[in-house]
Amino acid sequence: MKNTIISLRNAVVEYDGVQILKSINLDIVDKQFVTLLGPSGCGKTTTLRIIGGFAEMASGELFFNGVKINNLPPHKREVNTVFQKYALFPHLNIYDNIAFGLRIKKLPEKEIAARVTEMLELVNMQGFEKRSINSLSGGQQQRIAIARALVNRPKVLLLDEPLGALDLKLRKEMQIELKRMQQDLEITFIYVTHDQEEALTMSDTVVVMKDGCIQQIGAPQDIYNEPINAFVADFIGESNIIDGIMRRDFLVEFAGKEFACVDKGFEPDELVDVVIRPEDIKVVPQYQGAIVGVVENCIFKGVHYEISVDSLGYKWIIHSTQSEEIGAIIGMNVTPMDIHIMHKSEA
Amino acid sequence: MKKLSSKIYMYALFTFLYLPILVLIVFSFNASKSMARWTGFTFDWYIKLFQDEAIMSALLNTVIVAVAASVLSTILGTMAALGIHSMKKTSKSVIMGVTYIPVINPEIIMGVSLMLLFKFFVDSFGFRFGFVSLVLAHISFDVPYVIYNVLPKLRSMNPNLVEAAKDLGCNSKKAFFKVVIPEIMPGIFSGFLMALTYSIDDFVISYFTSGVKVQTLSIAIEAMTRKKINPEINALSAIIFVVISAILITKNILENRKLRRERAQFRAAQRKESAI
Amino acid sequence: MKTSKALAIPYIVWILIFTIIPLGLIVVFALTDSSGSFTLQNLFDMSTYMSVLFRSIFFAMIATIICLILAFPAAYIISRAKSFNQSSLIVLIMVPMWINFILRTYAWMKLLDPNGLINNFLGLFGIGPLNLINNAGAVILGMVYNYLPFMILPLYSVMVKIDQSVIEAAQDLGSSRLSLVRRVILPLSMPGISTGVIAVFVPSVSTFVISRMLGGGTNDLIGDIIESQFLGTSYNPHLGSAMALVLMVIVLFMMSLFNQFGNEEEGAMI
Repeated sequence: MKNTIISLRNAVVEYDGVQILKSINLDIVDKQFVTLLGPSGCGKTTTLRIIGGFAEMASGELFFNGVKINNLPPHKREVNTVFQKYALFPHLNIYDNIAFGLRIKKLPEKEIAARVTEMLELVNMQGFEKRSINSLSGGQQQRIAIARALVNRPKVLLLDEPLGALDLKLRKEMQIELKRMQQDLEITFIYVTHDQEEALTMSDTVVVMKDGCIQQIGAPQDIYNEPINAFVADFIGESNIIDGIMRRDFLVEFAGKEFACVDKGFEPDELVDVVIRPEDIKVVPQYQGAIVGVVENCIFKGVHYEISVDSLGYKWIIHSTQSEEIGAIIGMNVTPMDIHIMHKSEA
Repeated sequence: MKKLSSKIYMYALFTFLYLPILVLIVFSFNASKSMARWTGFTFDWYIKLFQDEAIMSALLNTVIVAVAASVLSTILGTMAALGIHSMKKTSKSVIMGVTYIPVINPEIIMGVSLMLLFKFFVDSFGFRFGFVSLVLAHISFDVPYVIYNVLPKLRSMNPNLVEAAKDLGCNSKKAFFKVVIPEIMPGIFSGFLMALTYSIDDFVISYFTSGVKVQTLSIAIEAMTRKKINPEINALSAIIFVVISAILITKNILENRKLRRERAQFRAAQRKESAI
Repeated sequence: MKTSKALAIPYIVWILIFTIIPLGLIVVFALTDSSGSFTLQNLFDMSTYMSVLFRSIFFAMIATIICLILAFPAAYIISRAKSFNQSSLIVLIMVPMWINFILRTYAWMKLLDPNGLINNFLGLFGIGPLNLINNAGAVILGMVYNYLPFMILPLYSVMVKIDQSVIEAAQDLGSSRLSLVRRVILPLSMPGISTGVIAVFVPSVSTFVISRMLGGGTNDLIGDIIESQFLGTSYNPHLGSAMALVLMVIVLFMMSLFNQFGNEEEGAMI
């Protein structure tokens, strides 16, 4: 059922003596929407460029359907790319841009016309055939770039931060459309972004990267609920990350108190990171709270209030549907399920 | 007040720039040879101009030299720009520094230095001053303009374009001819046009490198101005003025129209997008 | 992409033969006599022409200053016009430039003639005929007329990039029109000024056509002298090369003064 279409084995990329990718292993499952997520400089775009054939590995192997394709030039690969700034050809009109790849393959003009029309429908740009690239808005250029790639019927579509230049509203809309296209066409999408929300919304699998290393691979829910370390937890969503000590299995000490938790298998008295999501903290009257603190700030965020609380020098962020007065003393509770314990990362 | 003074100033400036040319044109239709007194209308000078064999052969020479020099310098300059573009910073700046020499060097120095070179060729290989020396000299001052026009197009080209072409099935050679060349074509073309106009217009360098046998139009005109009065010159100026103005104005109108249409469509697209 | 570097090789060979070697030949000729042996005599002989050299520099400086004064307001007015008008105005500035400059100079030759149109016109009011041609004024006028667009265009290309809001901010902060020019527009236009100064000064200081046509042999410039050493009556390429060498040094000095070496973008503009 789960076919691996692309595999990277011990992929290392060096540039001017600096390792950009530090021996990456990655399997991409066919017909999935896979997102490479991470801050800038983490190696996500480089990974994409290896697959596209635009970056060379210092060592390592790249397999496509089980065949090693390290040295296959880009034009012979069954993948197509949607580039960051679209890279549409300004000297060609929209029709000729989309037809470009098909003309290289020397398809008959009739078939080209049919496929271009089909693509324009897919991206909702019918009637734009004769228009020049410069007359298009960012969102429209983006759609043409997707059409130009998809018209070649690639097995894998690579997308390099394609929505980065669009405004928020348009981005949300395109996210839904991209997901729809991926499901309709039943092909693999490999999507690069630094926007965690985008990654969580669209993906079947999220690959979190940092400093040229893969941190965690998993379904969006798993990554969100069970981040493997403090970096992932912080990057995937706002988190309270506090120093703690693992007293024994199922018991952790932080903020000066001991809490029951669901984690085990740590060294006794091991120093750990305790991660708690802002929405998992319950605000209770002062005397009921396991932790007590002073409200420093309370900002309305649309769906919720973001409350900053100071408790003996620890700063907590809480998301709550109710507002609290600044200066008020409140109690905070967390259930054992929502306390995530992590090994201290080396950094 | 401010607007009015600006207008007056610009009118005065354009009067200064155009009056001499307009006087030439008006008197090209003057029946007598005078450039000061109007004595009646005639087309004679135009007829005489086209019957003037020296002028006509000079015109032909100019076209031959200018076309040959600008075609060759477009090829040489485009190749050079592509090479320079892929160079490292230091070698790039050295070459661009040398490229700058013909642009900034006084024409007379270019002229006499090339004359010395060709004299050396004459003495050592039996080389002759004439078409070849003219074309070689013209290429030397034309090439920098081609490079200056092509290089910015290469620089402003989205580096992903070549990758996009390869991604869509082009090998390196195809990507170059299908994407890079069309992309820098406007630069190549304007470089070619600039080379052509500089070649047609050149007097000083041709003057030193043509020898005695081949005359270009500029040299012929200069020879004519040494005579006391010759209204054929006026007729020639009028023709050149009309041709040049027509070309430049049409070009300007076409460019403006294209720009406006694209802008309007772009704005419409933006509006539509924000309305979603 | 490695092969593409090789594309520059023919050009590199070209500039070696047709740019570097010819300049080298000037140096060699300047430092040798007709028998080919080393001498400094040519440079010493230059002293005869010192007055011509100073006249050339002086005329070129006057012409450059007049061009700057005329071009500055013009470039500013164009840069603040509506964008459609801007491109039309620039075309209007450029059209005379594309007309053969010997013809343009010839036009002035005829206008300034003692029996020319201007003297005829003045004659209607009982003035003249004035002595308008074959003097220093006519030569400088010729330089200004021919090279004024070389000053306007680089100034315009810099000024057009000055954001209107910057000018409004200066006015908002209390700049009068004079201080607006002095404190905001002038400093922001400096790159254009240096390009324009070079673009007018270099052809002015080295011209021989303008001085011949409008100076009538009364105001010979260094260009005339060089020309006569190579093609004229007093054939002596060794002395001519020495003069060309001095002229090159002057140009280099001007350029280092305005720090424009290798500024390719502006050069393409002209």
